[in-house]
Amino acid sequence: MDTKTNIPNNTEMTPVISLKGVNKWYGDFQALSNIDLEIKLKEKIVICGPSGSGKSTLIRCLNRLEAHQEGTIHVSGIELHERMKDIDVVRQDIGMVFQSFNLFPHLTVLENCMAGPNWVRGVDKSKAKERAILMLEQVKIPEQADKYPDQLSGGQQQRVAIARSLCMQPKVMLFDEPTSALDPEMVSEVLETMIELAKSGMTMICVTHEMGFARQVADRIVFMAEGEIVEQSSPEEFFNNPQHERTKVFLDQILE
Amino acid sequence: MFVDTVIEDKALHKPVFLIGLSLTVLAIFFALNFTNTLFGEFLRPVIGDPTESGFFGRFAVSLVLTIIFVVNLFVISFFKLKVQVAIVWVELFLLFLAFAYSFDLKMSFIQSRIPLMISRGLFTTIYISAISIVIATVIAIIGAIAKLSNNGFAYAISSFYTSLFRGLPLLLQLFLIYKGLPQLGFMVDAVPAAITALSLCYGAYMTEIFRAGIQSIPRGQWEASRALGFKFNLILRKIILPQAIPIIIPPTGNQFIAMLKDSSLASVLGVWELMYLARTLGQRDFRHMEMLLTAAMIYWALTIVLEVIQARIEEKYKQKS
Repeated sequence: MDTKTNIPNNTEMTPVISLKGVNKWYGDFQALSNIDLEIKLKEKIVICGPSGSGKSTLIRCLNRLEAHQEGTIHVSGIELHERMKDIDVVRQDIGMVFQSFNLFPHLTVLENCMAGPNWVRGVDKSKAKERAILMLEQVKIPEQADKYPDQLSGGQQQRVAIARSLCMQPKVMLFDEPTSALDPEMVSEVLETMIELAKSGMTMICVTHEMGFARQVADRIVFMAEGEIVEQSSPEEFFNNPQHERTKVFLDQILE
Repeated sequence: MFVDTVIEDKALHKPVFLIGLSLTVLAIFFALNFTNTLFGEFLRPVIGDPTESGFFGRFAVSLVLTIIFVVNLFVISFFKLKVQVAIVWVELFLLFLAFAYSFDLKMSFIQSRIPLMISRGLFTTIYISAISIVIATVIAIIGAIAKLSNNGFAYAISSFYTSLFRGLPLLLQLFLIYKGLPQLGFMVDAVPAAITALSLCYGAYMTEIFRAGIQSIPRGQWEASRALGFKFNLILRKIILPQAIPIIIPPTGNQFIAMLKDSSLASVLGVWELMYLARTLGQRDFRHMEMLLTAAMIYWALTIVLEVIQARIEEKYKQKS
């Protein structure tokens, strides 16, 4: 079952992801300014902040779905830049879960999960299927394997999306507001899946407004506003003793 | 289409509408003046010699036609939708037959020419269209991808191509290829010239259809594929095209149908396809209408076959998703 991963193994000490002085503009609008961030193996980071604060942009820069213009981003020692040849190799090791699921509607749940390993990792079909079923069991929907995404509820679709990413055996998982598009009663099933994943030791970076999840799972909470990291601290520090005025205002609004 | 769940009163069952409709139709029939047609003949017992019946005859014919028309509509309005459609189809078809019949067609003439029209004309029409459709599709896929690519050369060539070939009349393209290429030293026969012109012209239209189809797939599909580490070709082949094809099929089907009929333009190059035979076979005996109507029916039948095939394919893709 072991697939070769492309990114060299890290010890727990060296950062999996490191950003130094990252700046990004959309035209005149500065979306990210002077971002310095290091994320170690097995760390769970929650990024939060008001809308338009650049959290999604930041997380999308980590697998270069967006390009940054200044500063450096390293993923497992590989620098992300516009002339790099091996971006796909890096991406294969970084799972990403989107707000809008983005499952492939013309493929069954099982085929969605098999596609990555089979098409780009060179895993043969039977092995890819075996692993897909294992991952669908992990997100607790193996019985939906032969359905098409449209036949599932939002919560189920998002769990399939998580399983699809896990099938690639990623080193890091990025979550971009994974529960924001869900009906309220489906949020918990997705969060539970993410909590399970956190327990298994996955390195996770989550953009989310779910403060309960942040409190329970995060090793560190990164608070952003207007493209900057305002403060980062442990959940206890963050919720009980926020340092900045903006953080306090944000927490007041969100915890009402 | 969304049909509202509230049923409105039928306009045809309102007296005001009926009267208004009747007067309008009467005015139209009166203006068109059917006195000297078959309908006038039918009313000979009432109005006497149609040609000398004057104002009374013209009015009587219009009135009778109006009554038939409105009563017909009124009666049909009580049937279910499917029955209505069937009745109206049959009636319109009968009218078309009456139109054809009014030319005093000689059936034996049609029967004697039809084998040649089918064995030579229909066959040529179909194979010119079929080959052109295949080539046009290939051109369209390449053109669409080129138009969507970041490659300046590819984009420039593709957009120039679609602009040029959508900008010239097909007939003109046909002549440019057929008369122009030999002057440059490339001898082309009429059939290859026709196929080239049809392929290039319809390839240009279809390039735009394919491009729009590919672009209609949400960005998230590309992002999810990229995030999994898929390369461009793989994404296009396995993720985007399978979703774009159901969107592309209906307008492409229209293009196929249009092309089938535009293949008739090859007749000006002397290609022995349906249109050419329809024009030439009737000429000697001054039996133009016989041959033109026969060709018309063959084209129509072919189009219906294509429509059915298109509907089948659409249905198949609907079930899948």
